[in-house]
Amino acid sequence: MKKSLIPCAAAALAACLALPSFAQQQLTIVNFGGANANAQKKAYYEPFEKTGVKVVPVEYNGEQAKIKAMVETKKVTWDVVEVESPDAVRGCDEGLFEKLDYSKLVDKADLVPAAVTECGVGVFVWSTVMAYNGDKLKSAPTSWADFFDTKKIPGKRGMRKGARYNLEFALLADGVKPADVYKVLATKEGADRAFKKLTELKPSIQWWEAGAQAPQFLVAGDVVLTTVFNGRIDAANREGRNLKIYWPGGIYDLDYWVIPKGAPNKELSQKFIAFGLQPANQAVYAQNIAYGPTNSKALAKLDKKVLDDLPTSAANAKEALQFNVSFWADQGEALEKRFAAWATQ
Amino acid sequence: MAEPIRAAIAPGEEPGALRKALSRAEARRQWRAFGLTLPLLVFLLLTLLVPIVALLQRAVENPEVANALPQTIRALDGWNGHDAPSAAAYGALVKDLAHLPDSADAGQLARRLNTEVAGARSLVMGAYRALPFEGSDADIQARLLQADPRWGEAPFWQAIAKNGSRWTPDYLLASLDLKRDTDGAIERMPEEQRAFGAILLRTFHISLVVTICCLLLGYPLAWWLASLPERSANVLMILVLVPFWTSILVRVAAWIVLLQSEGLVNSGLMGLGLIHEPLPLLFNRTGVVIAMVHILLPFMILPLYSVMKNVPPTYLRAAVSLGSAPLAAFFRVYVPQTYPGIGAGALLVFILSIGYYVTPALLGGADDQMLSYYIARYTNVEVNWGMACALGAILLGATLILYGVYRRMGKAELSLG
Repeated sequence: MKKSLIPCAAAALAACLALPSFAQQQLTIVNFGGANANAQKKAYYEPFEKTGVKVVPVEYNGEQAKIKAMVETKKVTWDVVEVESPDAVRGCDEGLFEKLDYSKLVDKADLVPAAVTECGVGVFVWSTVMAYNGDKLKSAPTSWADFFDTKKIPGKRGMRKGARYNLEFALLADGVKPADVYKVLATKEGADRAFKKLTELKPSIQWWEAGAQAPQFLVAGDVVLTTVFNGRIDAANREGRNLKIYWPGGIYDLDYWVIPKGAPNKELSQKFIAFGLQPANQAVYAQNIAYGPTNSKALAKLDKKVLDDLPTSAANAKEALQFNVSFWADQGEALEKRFAAWATQ
Repeated sequence: MAEPIRAAIAPGEEPGALRKALSRAEARRQWRAFGLTLPLLVFLLLTLLVPIVALLQRAVENPEVANALPQTIRALDGWNGHDAPSAAAYGALVKDLAHLPDSADAGQLARRLNTEVAGARSLVMGAYRALPFEGSDADIQARLLQADPRWGEAPFWQAIAKNGSRWTPDYLLASLDLKRDTDGAIERMPEEQRAFGAILLRTFHISLVVTICCLLLGYPLAWWLASLPERSANVLMILVLVPFWTSILVRVAAWIVLLQSEGLVNSGLMGLGLIHEPLPLLFNRTGVVIAMVHILLPFMILPLYSVMKNVPPTYLRAAVSLGSAPLAAFFRVYVPQTYPGIGAGALLVFILSIGYYVTPALLGGADDQMLSYYIARYTNVEVNWGMACALGAILLGATLILYGVYRRMGKAELSLG
C-alpha cells in the first residue's frame, strides 16, 4: 500500500501543476479514426501542440446530422471537422460551414485544384481501388472486367454496401472508358446498364460496411478480390500482410477540413488548417499512411518508396478516375435508393 | 394507510360521514400514489412523447419551398403542369431567389427539391450563384435556359408547384413506395424506386424468425431452469445473464471470429468431416439471425422463467395420474399455463428485433438490412430528416398495429403487465 502512495502523490502534484493549463487554448478536431487518425496525430496534432494549443481529437463516422444539429441549435463544440467531398459541397450550400479565407491559409497555387473549395480545403487524396491477397491469388487481375468475371478468377468479391463507386466500377467493367463513366451514368440507360452489370455479380458479392472489413476479408480468405480504400491496404501491409493493389480505374477523392458555422475558435482553427497544409507536415502525414498530400510541394520531400503507394503518384494516377462530387450530390439519394430496391430483388 | 381511516371512524357519527371519510382517505391515497409516479410521467413525457410528436410532425412538415419561393408558387398557379411554364414564373423565381436572406436558405431549398427530382440541387444553386439577373421576365427566362437547358423541363417546375404547401404527405407516401402524380392522384413509384415496402416486410420477417428461434431455444431451457432446485437454477441463470451484460458490439465481433469461413465453427465442422467446404455463415441472413437470437435470448428466457416458476407442478402430476399420456399432459396442461410468459417473451423479442440496426449492418449483406438502417442512412448520410422521420413513423405505426392485433388475439390477459 505504501508504495502506491508515491505515484498517488505524484499524480496529485501533476494535477496541481496541470491546473494552469485550463487557461490554455483548446481545439477540438474531428476525424474518422483508425490508422488515418494516427497519421494525422503524428503529422498535425502533436507538432501543432508545440505552439501551445491543446488539440482534442474526436472520432466520428461522417454523420453530418451531428454538425447540422450543432449548427441549428447554435451549440457548436467542434472546431475543425474532416468531411468527405459530397458533404463538403452540400454542407457549404446549406450554410453549415464557415467560408474560408485562403489568404490566411495557403497559396492556392500550391494546392491540387480539387482541394480548393469555398468552405472546405482538401487535406489528402485517397482512392477506392481493387485489391487482392498476393499470397493467395497467383494470377493477378488485369482489368475491372476480371473483377466481374467469376469464371476467370473464381471466388467471392468484396464490395462496399451502397451504390457509390460500385456503379462506376460496373461501367468500367462493361467497357466504358474512365473519361466517359459519369456521362454514361447520368443517363437512365447508363444507370440501367450499371445495375445490370452488378446483377451479374450479385451472387458472388460479399458486402462490407466499415473500411477495415475489406482487407480483413482478403486476409481471412473470404474474398479473392475486393474494392477497398487504398490506405487500409497500406495499413495491413505495415502489419506484415502481402496485399496488392490494382490501380487503374481506381476512383480518387479528397477529404476536406471544414469549420462548422459558429465554431468557437475560428481564428485558431484557421491557424491549425494553415499549419496542416504546410508541405513539411503533409509529407510526414503521407509517410504514415498512403494518402496523397494536397500541397504539391510536399511530393518533393517524399522518397520513391512512399510515392509508389500514393494515389497521387504519376504511375498510379494515370488511368484513375476522379470522383465526381457534383454528380453524386445531385444523383446520390436517388441512386442509393435504387440500390436499396435493387438489393431486395 | 389504515391510520387516517381508523381516526375518521369516531363513535356516534353517521354512516354517511363514514363513507365520506373513507372516500376522502381513498382520494388522498390516490393523490399520493399519483404524486409518486409524477416524476416518471414527466420523464416519459419529455423523453418519449415529445420526441415522438416531433418526429411525426417532421414527417409531414414541408416549409422549404413555401418559405423560399412564395412568388413563384403564385406564378405557377394555374399552370397546366406539363409544358414549360410562362416567362412570369422564371421572373418570379429569380426574384424569390434574390430575396433569400442567406445562402443557406438556397441550400435548403436546393436539397428539398433534389429529393423530389435528382439534379435540382445543382440547378437551383447554379441559378442562385448566377444572381443578379436584370431585364424583363422573357430575358430572364432566356438567360436561365441558356445557362442550363434543364430549366425548360417540366419535372423541376412540378416539384416546385407540388411543394407550395407547408405540409406534405409525400414523405409518408414514399415510405410506402407511393407518390403523387402531377394531378395529385396517388400512384405507385416506378419499379426501380420501390424499396421500402420490401424492406418493411423483410424487417418483420427477420424479427419473426428471430422470435420463433428464441422461443424454440428458450422454452426448454426456461422449463429446465424452473424445475431445478433454486441453488443450481441461480448458477445457470448467471450463464444466461453474463452475455446479457456484455456489450453488443463485443458479441458481434465474437460472432465474426466464430463464423467466418476460416473461423472456429467452419474449421470444426470440416475437421469432423461433416462438410468439405466452409459454409457461408456470415454477411448473409444466417449470420444476422444467429447473432440476433443470441443477443435477444435472455429477453425470452426471463419472462418464461418467471411464469414457469409459478406454475404448480402438481397439475401436471394430476393429469398424468388421471391417465393422460405425459406428452399430451405437457402440451394440454402445462404449456397453456405458460401462455402469459410466451406472449410476454415473444412480444419483447419481436419489438426489440424490429429496431435492430448495428447487428444487421455489421453481419448482414445488402439485402439483410432492416428499416432502421435506412432511417440512420437518411438521418446521417442523406441528411433528409423528413424521409427519416416518415420511415420512423411507418415503423412505429406498424408496430402499434401489430401490438393491437396481439392484444386482441390474446384478449388482454397476455399483456406485458
